[in-house]
Amino acid sequence: MSTATRTPAAARRSGADLLAVAIKVKRYQPDRSDKPYWQEFQLQVEPKDRLVDALNQIKWEQDGTLTFRRSCLHGVCGSDAMRVNGRNRLACKLLMKDVGTRITIEPMLGFPVIRDLVVDMDPFFAKYEKVKPFLINDEPAPAAERLQSAEERARYDDTTKCILCGACTGSCPSVWANRDWVGPASIVNAHRFIFDSRDRAAGERLRILGDRNGVWRCRTIFNCTEACPRGIHVTDAIEEVKRAIMYGSTETE
Amino acid sequence: MYRGQSGMWSWLFHRITGLGVLFFLLIHIVDITLAGFGPTVYDDGIKIFSLGIVRVLSLALIASVLYHACNGLRILIIDFWPAGHKYQRQMFFAVVALSIAGFIPMAFFVVAPIFGRCPGAPNTCAPFI
Ligand code: SF4
Ligand code: FES
Repeated sequence: MSTATRTPAAARRSGADLLAVAIKVKRYQPDRSDKPYWQEFQLQVEPKDRLVDALNQIKWEQDGTLTFRRSCLHGVCGSDAMRVNGRNRLACKLLMKDVGTRITIEPMLGFPVIRDLVVDMDPFFAKYEKVKPFLINDEPAPAAERLQSAEERARYDDTTKCILCGACTGSCPSVWANRDWVGPASIVNAHRFIFDSRDRAAGERLRILGDRNGVWRCRTIFNCTEACPRGIHVTDAIEEVKRAIMYGSTETE
Repeated sequence: MYRGQSGMWSWLFHRITGLGVLFFLLIHIVDITLAGFGPTVYDDGIKIFSLGIVRVLSLALIASVLYHACNGLRILIIDFWPAGHKYQRQMFFAVVALSIAGFIPMAFFVVAPIFGRCPGAPNTCAPFI
């Protein structure tokens, strides 16, 4: 364990090159007020602190009621997606030196807000389950493993990287307008199995995504691609699924 | 307001121009219907398109049609060409440039009569009212 993580935050923040930042948070505390309100926090951070460190600092030293999700702190669990200066970002993947000294943080659009920056992810995961995001293959299993060539694996490599943070879905105007539409994250995870040579249920998934709340509500806006903290080419994945539905085949590209 | 990039603006303009063109279509159906009441009614009716203010609105129509058409092609390319998504931003700027390039000469012919000039088609040039 590195000593940095054990040093108390206050001691760590004594150096000369500290940044003074103002963080404006859109807060919602249903037990105090029915309406969301803005609150600004002033604090000193190290340039190489992440935004999530700054939020922790507020929570631990200024206002314990500030509520947000975070878990891994390393861009893997996908729990701290939020709207930072107008764009969906993971708070643990942003360095303070890169976000400026006046920062505005809001919960993601397109999700019901539970408290402060915590949004209700249940509808998101319900839609995720709808596309059957697991390997389906009823053929008798071989003795060892279902083999796949490097090329076959590469076909869907990009969409294996999803951490289900919801940044793409929350950035999508089609989602804001219609909460029933399946949304980019579900399509990314459907893509991951549709183009997997070991899977046998591509047809079923393409049927699910071919209905009126499936891929066709995508208007190629590209907000999702820009928002994805994993650099997944989300719009491209959606377009590939659209073409697979249209051509009736996953073998056309 | 979400701070989207060129892709979001391209979509927003596409929506707005699409609705604008649809609105014009409704007006157009009305003015074409006037032909059913005889040539004089029709001729008098479409004089409205010579009004200065309507000429300015026509500019919005021209810009809308050009942008909507060019961006429609951009979306088709993104949909059908597997590598299209990589160039979506460049294509957006190309769409804007093409729309402007088409707009300038067309706008000239539409607006010139306001200033008493009728290039190309003197017999359709009603005086500025
Ligand atoms: S595709 Fe990217 S933005 Fe969307 S849920 Fe997965 S990791 Fe998050
Ligand atoms: S806390 Fe896990 S992704 Fe940021």
